[in-house]
Amino acid sequence: MPDLAWMAWTWQTGLFFVGIASLLLVMTMLALYRPETERVGILRIPTTRGDRLFISLLGAAFIHLAWLGFIGPDLWWASGLSLLYAAFVFRYV
Amino acid sequence: MTKTVYNGAWFFVLPVFAIVAFSAVLPLMTVVNYSVQDTFGNNQFFWNGIGWFQELLDPSTELGGRFFEALWRSLLFSAIILMIEVPLGIAVALAMPREGWTVALCLVLMALPLLIPWNVVGTIWQVFARSDIGLLGWTVNHLGIDYNYTNDSIDAWVTLIVMDVWHWTSLVALLCYAGLKSIPDAYYQAARIDGASRWAVFRTIQLPKMRRVLLIAVLLRFMDSFMIYTEPFVITGGGPGNATTFLSIDLVKLALGQFDLGKAAAMSLVYNLIILAICWVFYTVMTNVDAERERVEA
Repeated sequence: MPDLAWMAWTWQTGLFFVGIASLLLVMTMLALYRPETERVGILRIPTTRGDRLFISLLGAAFIHLAWLGFIGPDLWWASGLSLLYAAFVFRYV
Repeated sequence: MTKTVYNGAWFFVLPVFAIVAFSAVLPLMTVVNYSVQDTFGNNQFFWNGIGWFQELLDPSTELGGRFFEALWRSLLFSAIILMIEVPLGIAVALAMPREGWTVALCLVLMALPLLIPWNVVGTIWQVFARSDIGLLGWTVNHLGIDYNYTNDSIDAWVTLIVMDVWHWTSLVALLCYAGLKSIPDAYYQAARIDGASRWAVFRTIQLPKMRRVLLIAVLLRFMDSFMIYTEPFVITGGGPGNATTFLSIDLVKLALGQFDLGKAAAMSLVYNLIILAICWVFYTVMTNVDAERERVEA
């Protein structure tokens, strides 16, 4: 095993990427076992499950940044808001 | 006859996955990793949590101040570039000949600026616009207009904008020209029979037919101007003062000049997110305009 200490990985970033990777894995599995069709939601654009995940993740990033910039460093609220936002996106967009 | 799906074919995609992971995904992950740490050199890193992001998004701090200033500069630059290059590109495309030997000549002339490397364009304009030995700078000054891009920020902006218009309007024009060429002659004949004015022909035939290429042109020009680095680096170096320090220039100063990897990583991530969001909006609009039209036509 090569020494990768110079990359300075932390368990927090590790956890973050494991989270993203497992999301993608779940989406792949879902696509295989529960294939879906596009649908048109409130944005009036056809979206697939993957599109909605992308919109949710991108939105979550901006929600966290906005929370940090306008309200404060307590990001758990921003994460909660992002989950609500993601639920909304998956249901209505 | 039904085709059988051979899932083993996925293995042929593996090399691509490996290369993309090594050259794009892992470096991006590294940036995320740096953005939550601080380094004092010697490859020693310390956990800093969301500290850099907090500083970056607070305009009253040094980091936040320069970030927002550079961000507004970049957005303003892109807006000006789009407002000039898109209408000008359309106008040039409309004025280009449709047939005869002049077509080839025009296309070659239009393509020439696009073939010149960025740093060479920068060097050309750096010398061309100098007030002591540059033809443009010397002429403008001898016309009685005080012009010196090295110590006047307005002059520096004008120089960069004129340079970019010179370099990239051809791209918009060539794309629009391709869009115009694809319009069948029957449309124009019908317009003539209806007695349509030149403006009506433009509004109802040419512009709708150019919409797709125009969206591509706007997307390309926005991305390129928002990420512009080489030319301002060569011509003004971000100056005078910080007048032309766009996001990309500031980022390089931060990452390679001061070697503040954590701050630079946080800034790159936010920069990246902005670009991603704008690209997604453009792309969605672009694809759905087409889909909408197909639905209407069908």
